[in-house]
Parts: sequence; C-alpha cells; structure tokens
Amino acid sequence: MSETKNNNKFENPHYAKREVTGPDGKQFIVDPIKDYFSDERPKVYEPNSIPVVEKFLNWARAESLWVLGFGTGCGSIEIPPLMTPRFDAFRFGIQSRPTPRQSNVFIISGYLAVKTLKRVIRSYEQMPSPKYVLALGSCTINGGMYFDSYNTINRLDHYIPVDVYVAGCMPRPEALLAAFNRLKELIKEGKGEKANEYAANFDWYKENQKKIIKDWNMPDYNW
Amino acid sequence: MDFDIKRLGFTLLGLLIVLNWGLLMSSIMRKLGARVAKRYGIRWFQPWLDLVKNYALRSQISHGIMFYLGPVFRIGGGVGLFLFMPMIIGSELWLNYSFHGDLVLLMYFQFFGMLGMALGSGEGGHPYSAIGISRGLSQFTTIEVPMTLAIISLAIQYDTLSLIDIVKAQQGGFQNWTMWTNPVATIAGMFSLLGALSHSPFNLVKAPNEIPIGPPTEYHSTFLGVLQTNAAILHVVEAALFMNLFFGGATNWFEFILKTFFIYFWSVFVGVVFPRFRIEQSVAWFLKIPLVFGVLAIILYM
Repeated sequence: MSETKNNNKFENPHYAKREVTGPDGKQFIVDPIKDYFSDERPKVYEPNSIPVVEKFLNWARAESLWVLGFGTGCGSIEIPPLMTPRFDAFRFGIQSRPTPRQSNVFIISGYLAVKTLKRVIRSYEQMPSPKYVLALGSCTINGGMYFDSYNTINRLDHYIPVDVYVAGCMPRPEALLAAFNRLKELIKEGKGEKANEYAANFDWYKENQKKIIKDWNMPDYNW
Repeated sequence: MDFDIKRLGFTLLGLLIVLNWGLLMSSIMRKLGARVAKRYGIRWFQPWLDLVKNYALRSQISHGIMFYLGPVFRIGGGVGLFLFMPMIIGSELWLNYSFHGDLVLLMYFQFFGMLGMALGSGEGGHPYSAIGISRGLSQFTTIEVPMTLAIISLAIQYDTLSLIDIVKAQQGGFQNWTMWTNPVATIAGMFSLLGALSHSPFNLVKAPNEIPIGPPTEYHSTFLGVLQTNAAILHVVEAALFMNLFFGGATNWFEFILKTFFIYFWSVFVGVVFPRFRIEQSVAWFLKIPLVFGVLAIILYM
C-alpha cells in the first residue's frame, strides 16, 4: 500500500488518496474525499407553485420542528429543561432527533469555537432542506463575553444563515420557547427560506468559513 | 381466483383505516407515556404533521439502489402482513386476501421488512446503521423463537395453519378464546409481542439516545416518511395478528379497535414501567422465560 502525500500539512491521513489491495488481490485507488463525499453544489429549491399547497406544507413544517441534538456551547444546558416536564416543548411540536439527516432546526447554543464551527458546518450541510437555525445567546450575535477570544467566532451569520436570534447570557428556556414561536410565524409567512439563501450565496459563505478554519481537510460541500 | 374490484376497494379502505388508527394509537400511547413522566405530551395530531412534513422536505440524498429499496421492502412487509390478515370475522369483504395465505406466510412477512432494511441501511454506509441492524436482527431472531413455538402449539391444538379457521374456532363467547383454552401459548406469545412491537425494555435497536437511532440513521425526508407510514400500519397489524391468534378476533370495527388498543397498550404499559435492556440482556431474556413457556406449550399439546 503506497500513500501519496498531499501538500496541505493538516491533511488527515484517513482521507489521503492511496492504492489499496483488495481481498481478491486486485489493486485499486481509494480517494475518500472523492469516493465518500459529493462535490455537487447546493441547489436553490423553488417553493411549490400552488400557493395553497405551499401554505399547507409550511404549516406542517412549522408545527413539526425536529431539533438536532448537538450542543455547541454552554447554552445546551437549557435544552434538557426545555424538553422535560417544566417547559415540555413537545406541546409545540418540537422534538429532538439524534442525526442531522432527520432534523430541521439547528440550535447554536452559545459560543462557537473554531473547532466546533467545522462540525457545525458539516452537520448543517447534511440537514435536508428547508432547514432553520436558532442562534442562542449574545455570543452568536457579537461574540458576547468571548468577543476578544482567539478561538471563538464573533458573528454567526457570516458562516451559516440564522433565522432567529435569542439575546441574553444565558437566555432561559422561556426565551427559547418564544424564539420557537417566532420561527413558526416566520415559516408560516413563507420566510423560512434561509437554506436557499445559503445555496444562493454559497461562495460568500465558503470564503468566510475558510478564513476562519485553517485546517480545511474536507470537501467544500458535505452531503 | 377472479379479479374482484369490490374486494380490492374494501381492502384499500381497510388499509386507510388501519393507517389512521395506527397514527392515532401511536399519539395516544405517546401521550400516556408523557403523562407518566408528568408532561403534557405531544398534540394528538402530531404524527400526521410529522408525516406530511417528512414527505414535503425538498432535498433528498441517495446512496444507491438498495438504499431506495430498503424502505420499499419495509413497507412491502407491513402491507403484505395486512393483505393476508383477516380483519373482521363474519364479513366476507374485510377478510382481505387471507384465504390465499396461512400463518407461515404471515411469519415470513414479519421478517421480510427487517431483511430489506438490513440491505438498505447497509448501503447507507454509516457504521451506526450496520451496528443497529445486526443488533435488530439478533434480537428479532430470538423474539421469533417463542412466537413460533406458541404458533406451533396453536397449530397442534386447532389442527390447522389457516388463521381464519383458528379465529372461527374461537367464536361463540369469550370462554372459547385461546387465552383460556391454551394459556401457556398465550403467555409465550404475549411476551414475544413485547419484542415485536419494540417498546421500552426491548427498544435499544431504534432508541434515539443509543447509538443514534440505529438502522434508519441515514434515512431522511421521503424515505423516513415511508418508514413512519409502515410503522403505523405494522403496529396495528401485529396487534391484529395476536388478537386473531389469542383473543377471539373481531366481529366489527369497534371490537377491532378496542382489542388492538389493549394489545398495543400491554407493550406500552410494560414499556413505561421497565427500563431499557441492553441487547445481550434482551436476547438472554427471550431465550429464558418466553422460551420456557413456548416449550411448555408444545409439550402440553403434543
């Protein structure tokens, strides 16, 4: 087995292009970045052409919000009380899902370290469209108390599009419920199209992301 | 057999009733579970909303042909089980197509969907899917053992493998139900039902907070919608199978709904009381208590 070195010094050896001998003795080239990921660009999806149908679908989307179980910062401690008897978000059609493939809402809960940002981008891009982002806490708006940190980003919507911001440090579960209700209003008005905005301004977002993430060792679009 | 448009229409109508009853029943049971946890719980129409939402998502990613066919096989198993299941005894039209198949075919259809999902989620390429499906298949194999023994016991008792004949033999009062005439087989069957409906003690395979959600990790939007549709149908039809085997079947839709509700409630009741088993614990449990009852049921009717 021979390995070809990539120029990027941060290259992950698991993703390196290499020649492999199969169990039947045949040799073939494995290029994980090309083989396992798609390099297709994201698409802008037009809403349904019949307004009544689109309104009905938006109502269903608004009333069935599946949240990705991914806590990025200290704000994720507000999620357990949100789902348990005290605040019981299930009443509003909010449920949590463990995999990005089945989720519609991404809660960025607090400060976002550069290392986490990379995972956030991958998870966000794996979610099916239409998808929504709730940004929790002051840290996602202007950096909050970490505004001069070497390791956190200051403005979230330079990297992924945000539907609703919740200010505070930390916002309580009531604030989060209010944000969910605002998000529902936006979706029902047909304004929950941030996934399309991301696809339309894809180059601008990627440029910003790459400015921050120095060890970019993944494809540009993570299906 | 001649093609009968009326029978086809009634069967499709029955499928629609079963689908909606399955969705309603799942929301009622989730609400009951929430009340036990002192929550208000989801709204009663939430399963319909989730279904519409999942079918309406705009983007889909495929991993290949088998990835498409996985949910198709799964719903094929659920609908196949429905087609060969007599729903209402005494009505010629609500028997579906049950005169074409017997219990062995029904038991095959129970496993059919699992195998389809194994192939489909395997092509998804996610390691969690592969672990989930190997756990699911090993658990379901051990569930099938006591269930098969109970059904063989019933076949010896009634001297037939035709489900319609077994139900017809139980008519004429509740004292004729298999529940009273063959209680040991009923116990073995009801224990294995706990696993077949995969509620709490035996729900490790698809529990969201274990290795994320098991086999359907990669399934999303329409694929997941198909899987949810199948789950709603399958839960009712599984309950209907046990209703027909052990509790005298149903002679009208009211009786059908009442009996399937209580059979499903049995697994939810056990689910909210007992915490989740690990996979080796549940496999060991099925090979101990239900298996002993299954073997006893055979010995008593030999």
